[in-house]
Amino acid sequence: MEFAELIKTPRVDGVVLRRPFMPTVEGTLCLTGHHLILSSRQDNTEELWLLHANIDSTEKRFVGSLGTIIVKCKDLRVIQLDIPGMEECLNIASSIEALSTLDSVSLMYPFFYRPLFEVIEDGWQSFVPEESFKDLESMTDEWRLSEVNKDFSVCPSYPSLLTVPRDIDDESLCKAASFRHGGRFPVLSYYHKKNGMVIMRAAQPLTGTNGRRCKEDEKLINATLCAGKRGYIIDTRTIAVAQQAKARGGGFEQEANYPQWRRIHKAIERSNVLQDSLIKLVEACNDQSHSMDRWLSKLEASNWQSNVKEILTTACLAAQCIDREGASVLVHGTEGTDSTLQVTSLAQIILDPACRTIRGFEVLIEREWLQAGHPFQQRCAQSAYSNGKLRSEAPVFLLFLDCVWQILRQFPCSFQFNENLLIMLFEHAYASQFGTFLGNCVAERGKLQLSQKTVSLWSWVNRPQELERFLNPLYEPNNLVIWPSVAPQSLLLWEGVFLRWNRSTKCLDEAYQEMVHIIEYNKELQNKVNSLRRQLAQLETEDKMVADLK
Amino acid sequence: MEHIRTPKVEQVKLLDRFSNKSVTGTLHLTATHLIFVESNSTSAQEIWILHHHIASVEKLSLTTSGCPLLIQCRNFRLVHFVIPRERDCHDIYSSLLRLLRPVSYDELYAFSYNPKQNDQQREEGWQLIDLAAEFERMGVPCDQWQLTDVNREYKRFPPNICIGLVKSVVPHLLCFSNVLQGGGHLYLFVSCLQAAVCRCSQPLSGFSARCLEDEHMLQAISKANHNSRYIYVMDTRPKLNALANRAAGKGYENEDNYSNIRFQFVGIENIHVMRGSLQKLLEGVGTRSLSMTDYLVGLENSGWLRHIKAIMDAAIFLAKAVTVEGASVLVHCSDGWDRTAQVCALGSLLMDPYYRTIKGFMVLIEKDWISFGHKFADRCDQLDPDPKEVSPIFTQFLECVWQLTEQFPQAFEFSEWFLIQIHEHVHSCQFGNFLGNSQRQREDLQLKERTYSLWAHLLSENQNYLNPLFSPSFAESHPVLEPSTQAYHFKFWRNMYNQYDRSMHPRQSILKHVLTLQESNRELEGTVQALKTKLQKFGVNTSPLKPQTPPREEDAPASTGGERTVEGSSATENSYGELMGSFGSKNEPGVVTLEFGVARMTC
Repeated sequence: MEFAELIKTPRVDGVVLRRPFMPTVEGTLCLTGHHLILSSRQDNTEELWLLHANIDSTEKRFVGSLGTIIVKCKDLRVIQLDIPGMEECLNIASSIEALSTLDSVSLMYPFFYRPLFEVIEDGWQSFVPEESFKDLESMTDEWRLSEVNKDFSVCPSYPSLLTVPRDIDDESLCKAASFRHGGRFPVLSYYHKKNGMVIMRAAQPLTGTNGRRCKEDEKLINATLCAGKRGYIIDTRTIAVAQQAKARGGGFEQEANYPQWRRIHKAIERSNVLQDSLIKLVEACNDQSHSMDRWLSKLEASNWQSNVKEILTTACLAAQCIDREGASVLVHGTEGTDSTLQVTSLAQIILDPACRTIRGFEVLIEREWLQAGHPFQQRCAQSAYSNGKLRSEAPVFLLFLDCVWQILRQFPCSFQFNENLLIMLFEHAYASQFGTFLGNCVAERGKLQLSQKTVSLWSWVNRPQELERFLNPLYEPNNLVIWPSVAPQSLLLWEGVFLRWNRSTKCLDEAYQEMVHIIEYNKELQNKVNSLRRQLAQLETEDKMVADLK
Repeated sequence: MEHIRTPKVEQVKLLDRFSNKSVTGTLHLTATHLIFVESNSTSAQEIWILHHHIASVEKLSLTTSGCPLLIQCRNFRLVHFVIPRERDCHDIYSSLLRLLRPVSYDELYAFSYNPKQNDQQREEGWQLIDLAAEFERMGVPCDQWQLTDVNREYKRFPPNICIGLVKSVVPHLLCFSNVLQGGGHLYLFVSCLQAAVCRCSQPLSGFSARCLEDEHMLQAISKANHNSRYIYVMDTRPKLNALANRAAGKGYENEDNYSNIRFQFVGIENIHVMRGSLQKLLEGVGTRSLSMTDYLVGLENSGWLRHIKAIMDAAIFLAKAVTVEGASVLVHCSDGWDRTAQVCALGSLLMDPYYRTIKGFMVLIEKDWISFGHKFADRCDQLDPDPKEVSPIFTQFLECVWQLTEQFPQAFEFSEWFLIQIHEHVHSCQFGNFLGNSQRQREDLQLKERTYSLWAHLLSENQNYLNPLFSPSFAESHPVLEPSTQAYHFKFWRNMYNQYDRSMHPRQSILKHVLTLQESNRELEGTVQALKTKLQKFGVNTSPLKPQTPPREEDAPASTGGERTVEGSSATENSYGELMGSFGSKNEPGVVTLEFGVARMTC
């Protein structure tokens, strides 16, 4: 298919662009296969380059022959285009509609994007499971790397290499896989160096209504326990939801069959509920009524902050089992691709200082989200302005980023990166020129040949020029476990994302710059003092030598 | 001292408000403080509670571990002791009941507090903030305005003073005017546009009464401003309240009787609504295992942020009238010392950068709150008054300022700790500034001779209250602050209302960190100067310093061995200290521990 077929009017002059808190721009609107471009064709004015993939929904209305298209983006921005001429407006609207809802992945922009920078470090090669296994090997010999899922037949959503207990052979793994939803048998997620405890993740066991059991599954997870030790199974669903799952063939681990494990149920919402929550929250943030009661009641009704609190609490619980109780943890929900990953990845941020560096955080996202098979393409197909019928969209990853932001707010000096990195990841998960978040699992990404045909997000992020923007000037490595507060008073609305387009940040940005200035000035002064001291010391020795000679 | 029967109780348990944790220690009761000293020798935290800070003491029913005593403080601290023997508990309880209800001003802490200063120092402390100088700064007297001593003996308007007057108004006219305005008081602010902000209380208009003198008075104020043909009259009450007041012979200005006024209601609720609102807010945020839903619903139902926004909206209206339209504004409510004080003070803060400095803020409070007779004694419950007179009017003003600091991080010379500290001392009765209900009463009490000034105390430790991001040039580019009043810009002030619930606060504070760096910058600048002087003795000209700087590789070891360690460790200690504090081996984050406990019980 040619994009040209979809573009009936590629260019319109005299279009006016209106955005909140920014001056209006009048210029020429151009549609290309992947971008909506508005340029005033004057020097020093900002141009708008909007990826069609970033467009969540559009609305059009007419006053006489002046048409207006309101474009609502997945990054939550809302812009208005005033287009003279009814026909042009209709054409543009229908083109945008068609181009922003392309079904085929291979037509997406990442397959056409050619970087303007030289790729020094290929992000596709940055994270190799074998290497992180080497780190593990240096700490323990209890685990091995299994190739049982080499051709993705045991579990289609898992990567080809998996870390499993050394004493469990591949045949047992296959049997355990057949007992878990989607074949997602328990695998290693995190090894706590301090006491050797581990976090494992899986999908729900397929016990069904008649209480099926699987010896291999039991053996597999028991193999991770030291003699006489007990572990915790954190089921991210409420007991009621877990019970209901039995009717559909799912279920949970029965105490009788897993006597060494204690099961704890939490209440992280399922994906469709989360999507609804996001839509309501964004609607509340865009309400211009200035009424306090209305704002608070809408914020509450969206349940977004409750979701943040619940996810964070569950992650803290998992971390607490590991670090305080000295017990290993198995985390699962239903599919093991959403709430499970939120919990395991957040627990690692709390426990592991390495995850709070930029590289470490990238590795965490690669390992616990991309390789672990979070279906990014399905979940991020639509964002808060989706009005059509939803399939499996859900802001699972955005909630994870929100939780990381909450911890960052409470420990502003313990992270090497700042809020910008989190916002950037949110944007690129929903629409990007890079291939990193395309596809739903490793197997799909392989089929799409993303590593050959597209550029990795990490290739761009890790360039020193870009990295600068994401560095936290307050960072001082902190090797402790960081326990965030989950009291409602401690959890804030993530303004950087949800109010990003509804407020002027000039004063806040300037204040941030001032802070950076103070920090840099401090470094500069320290260097100066050091060099002066050295100079003085040198002169003093010379002086002394001269005196001695005399 | 005669009220203290048991000065010391041992083996007292202090329960944490939000978790199951408790610490054991000794409780001491002194004439001024209730002190809890933890017995654990390593951390040994001490809690000092001033009797004046205690709002209520409650003895709960006996439990197996002892007799619980619940103490609520006006600075939002809530402590829960368990005292092993009931008799001790009862002694403490009845002593406290007596001690926290002083019957005369002489019993207040301010009259016994002595910071080891001599009389001269004390006098100097009181002179730091000078209202006469402030009026001079505003450009008064001038051709349109004069100072008057008509209220010299506080005879005409007993509780208050009256400073500014339009020149064309003759004194006898004023007498009548003020009869109509309900014992009111006038005050002015002169901006560069010659527009004035005046304040008074409601007119005694009833349904039809008129007062020609009052009408002339308003006209004179209006005429004193050449830039605008009209004057705004802001009634800060909801219209319904103002209407109800008419039946009592009070009310609001009839636009037909006054020429060229623009009348406006702004709808700030009265002291009783505000008292109830704070009560609800505190109940909400004081709940254990509070869910997000209950928190947000509680926040909404309390109406607290709605009231804060209403005050802010009114102040913005005032600032716009003066700065954009150049019009003079007369502000009043019922009595003219609550809502009027809030709106005038906040409006001044929006318009004049001077009030955003530490000293300027003190002047502002001194002028708009203290000298114009905000009834601190009644509102802050200093002297066993009518509980119906208590209301967090001043707290709301402080919160409005905090909301502004959130929107404009560089506009204020002070940080939120300054606001919290002022709040602390408004209730502590440790300094004389806020005692009593009016200027007259303060003079009668001879506060300047017998007590110390808070301002001197705060200025002496002002480095603790500095905002490291404050930029004087911000004031030049933003002489008038124009805050957004979108609902989502108003946040819950956790560091005020949950200030003693440390587990809820960020574990590392950016403010502290940057303040430390800034202090270190000042020290380093000194060191650089000292080193340069030394080098000059060797005849080295230090200006071409940079080229002489050796390459970085050589630089590294020296810097880690030298100055850097000192600097680095101070900053690290700072943040680690906080971490250690909250995560020492036995301390765990309260809420999470609790969650875990609950979880264990269910499985």
